[in-house]
Amino acid sequence: MPADIANMVKVFERPKSLTDARFTYCPGCHHGIITRIIGQALDELDIAERTIGIAPVGCSVFAYLWYKCDALQAAHGRASAVATGAKRARPDLIVFSYQGDGDFASIGTAESIHAANRGENITVIFVNNQIYGMTGGELAPTTLVGQKTTTTPDGRDPKLFGYPIRFSEMIAQLDAPAYVTRQALYDTKRIHDATAAIKKAFQYQVEGKGYSLVEMLSTCPTNWRMSPVQANEHVANVVTEVFPLGDLIDRG
Amino acid sequence: MGERLLLRGNEVIAEAAIRAGCQCYFAYPITPQAELLEHMARHMPRLGRTFIQAESEIAAISMVYGAASTGVRTLTSSSSPGISLKQEGISYLAGSNLPAVIVNVVRGGPGLGNIAPSQCDYFQATRGGGHGDYRTIVLGPSTVPEAGELTMLAFDLADKYRTPVVLLADGMLGQMMEPVELPEPVDVDDLPAKDWATTGAAGRPPNIVLSFDLDPEKLKQMNLALQAKYREIEANEVRYEESDAEDADIVIAAYGTIARIAKSVVRMARAEGIRLGLFRPITLWPFPYEPLRTLADRVDTVLSVEMSAGQMWEDVRLAVAERAATPFYGELGGVVPTPRGILNEVRKHAS
Repeated sequence: MPADIANMVKVFERPKSLTDARFTYCPGCHHGIITRIIGQALDELDIAERTIGIAPVGCSVFAYLWYKCDALQAAHGRASAVATGAKRARPDLIVFSYQGDGDFASIGTAESIHAANRGENITVIFVNNQIYGMTGGELAPTTLVGQKTTTTPDGRDPKLFGYPIRFSEMIAQLDAPAYVTRQALYDTKRIHDATAAIKKAFQYQVEGKGYSLVEMLSTCPTNWRMSPVQANEHVANVVTEVFPLGDLIDRG
Repeated sequence: MGERLLLRGNEVIAEAAIRAGCQCYFAYPITPQAELLEHMARHMPRLGRTFIQAESEIAAISMVYGAASTGVRTLTSSSSPGISLKQEGISYLAGSNLPAVIVNVVRGGPGLGNIAPSQCDYFQATRGGGHGDYRTIVLGPSTVPEAGELTMLAFDLADKYRTPVVLLADGMLGQMMEPVELPEPVDVDDLPAKDWATTGAAGRPPNIVLSFDLDPEKLKQMNLALQAKYREIEANEVRYEESDAEDADIVIAAYGTIARIAKSVVRMARAEGIRLGLFRPITLWPFPYEPLRTLADRVDTVLSVEMSAGQMWEDVRLAVAERAATPFYGELGGVVPTPRGILNEVRKHAS
């Protein structure tokens, strides 16, 4: 090995909290980035061995495969309630749920709101890609006005289907949550910010500060019928107009 | 055994659950089981245990799922309409091999029905209730003290077989007060360890709790394992009571509150020379098919009496298999049959 290579310092590697299992996500989808930065947070806080991850129903149904931590697979929409049960039974453990927008903001609306309102000391990663990916690209509660999906083939008409729901803003109205933020992943700066937000969310749980929610604006190139590059541009230029980035609550 | 107390059925179930080592209780208010929820609200926090009034029945059973995954003993309770909502979670518990206890203080149905005693949820309880090929163990207490004993048993069976167990009571049992000697508390530290539980993967590979596999062959194997467990439960856990059956020409088959009323009917019938007995299933699933079949060989008639349109009656007919006559008498909508009403039916069938 040449001397200059032998002297190089490793500055980037797969988080130790991730398994070697290959992701099942489509090319250009942000789920893989989110999974990675959760693994990084588990590493940096050294909590993987006392963490329970809750996988949802949807594209991330296999989330239990990717972390070297105990995991449950919850019924569709119920992950925040399942997380509540696990955390109350074992307050010494770190519990996070990973939920898509259909799971968290549609079928799980009641469970999501009330876990937040009780200030459960859990961390919720809420992945908002404005579409139902796994079932074939149907309307999500977060689908943009005019956006074509397989169940709104002419575009989302608010007269028939309402408007994209800003769920994190709803949760930010509550008194209990410690940290509510919306992040994106379309460029390195945003990934850097999102990484810090996820770490902070877990840190708050470790410190017993209460409920933390990190919404991630994600892409679905497959069902958006876009290239990965176009999808990133769409998040940066269009989606963030409807779902503005930044912290909504930080009571840390 | 401890002191003798005058308690309502709902309170006895709650207190027995506490004494069985239930660490987490999650439920939503509904009549006629509200006293159970209220008892837990008063006592669980003082014991350093978890009580949550959930936002819905669906949330409550999902919290049970999360708590059960960590290996603690956990309970939810409700009444008929609420139990319908819990079926999603019960199916997940069964599919994920998680122990939990679910109490149904049954009321009149269908739909909103009413708040009076009923046995109209027998099909739902004994056939699984939710989606998928599964069963839950179903225990049918007949008196308030027995509701306490079977609550303790429910936790033991749930842990032993890693399966949800349903305590199927009714509004009468929930509301009635009786003198009860409460069971001795279990020391949870003495319970067998649950090495499958999600308690943090320190020094071992991760434990994963799920009811899911996209590969049909693997899901088939998961189902076959469930079925093998159910055969084991059927072989080992059938419970029933026979009374005055040795010389009987006719027996009443009844469970729960009706079985208790039927004991009065047996005394009344015997006083007028009718040789009447009682067959009382205690486990509604697994149903005591073989014992009832054996009994049916000796009697002329097995009269099913229920507060339903004839749900357990189907199991009775499967058991009897035409070895005896199998008439049915039931009341609906929360109407409770009287001893005299049942006796009149017995007279019609007594030879």
